[in-house]
Amino acid sequence: MAEVQVTEPEIPVLSPETDFEVRSLDTMCINESQLQHPWWHNLKYLVWGIIFGIAFVKAEIISWFRMQEMFRLQSFHMYGVIGTGVAIGALSVWLIKKFKIKTIYGESIEFHRKKFNKGQVIGGLIFGLGWAMTGACPGPLFAQIGTGALVVAVPLLSAIAGTWAYGYFRDRLIH
Amino acid sequence: MELLSQPWPWWAGGLVAGLTVPVLLVLGNKHFGLSANLRHLCAACFPARIPFFQYDWKKEAWNLFFASGIVIGAIIASTWLANPEPVQVAPQLAAELQGYGITDYSNMIPTQLVSWESLLTLRGFILLVVGGFLVGFGTRYAGGCTSGHAIMGLSDLQVPSLLATISFMVGGFIMANLVLPYILAL
Repeated sequence: MAEVQVTEPEIPVLSPETDFEVRSLDTMCINESQLQHPWWHNLKYLVWGIIFGIAFVKAEIISWFRMQEMFRLQSFHMYGVIGTGVAIGALSVWLIKKFKIKTIYGESIEFHRKKFNKGQVIGGLIFGLGWAMTGACPGPLFAQIGTGALVVAVPLLSAIAGTWAYGYFRDRLIH
Repeated sequence: MELLSQPWPWWAGGLVAGLTVPVLLVLGNKHFGLSANLRHLCAACFPARIPFFQYDWKKEAWNLFFASGIVIGAIIASTWLANPEPVQVAPQLAAELQGYGITDYSNMIPTQLVSWESLLTLRGFILLVVGGFLVGFGTRYAGGCTSGHAIMGLSDLQVPSLLATISFMVGGFIMANLVLPYILAL
């Protein structure tokens, strides 16, 4: 019997050995839920996003000037923001683990250890350089556009291009 | 309303940023991390057979909803809660920026640097286009940004996140103090 040749081009798939991110290390959600929800269940994240966006604008976390002050040690403001955020976040994570708090759907909340790779330092330095230039990390990029600074769509698109370039050159980069 | 319209103190911003961690976890076992959206947008729009973008981005749609909410929240804050006063800036910073012709404090985003007119200048192009590229490339290389590493990762006491956060700050200090003066002088 003649063998059937598969002519359809195969899309390469990430192997577990070289995959530093997908469902393992990245900040993309690594928790697989077995539950299927209609799309509008995502609106709850939109609602929290609205609260988040208002707070980020009003507390000047989207301010180019505040970032410059932070990197020049001229103001406590951003250190206060990040410090408070980490303190509340850490307390919450500790409480969730201690009392095994579940999600509103009754699923257990999972945490995964991140593995060290050199990208966290090299990429971190590169991001830091860009952060001080644009005066915005990814969250504030979205918020700045909302305040009417539509030109910020340019650094956002540029950031998407940067992310794409990382994906393209990933195998040739040190990790 | 008067109170809400004034700039909020640092602890209010930190409170919301910190509460985002348990809110996302309890709502659906989601980990806070905004730069992941840049990757999801690549996966959705230009996957180009690159392995890094071959995954089911629709499962991560919740994060795109979250980011959309941020845009809406920013519209609300700047439309109904706008502060009419000029932005308060550290005097040393104002003095330094004046030397580069940055004198407009009517907005938290300096219009003399971040505007369509500025984009056509070498200075504006470098800050917005190159800066944005470094943000996108660096965050993905690092596996996260300020939210994923500095807030979420540190809250979970992850050592790699601490190293990443230190690297972010080192990069920022180098740029702001050693490189940015030359860019702003262009």
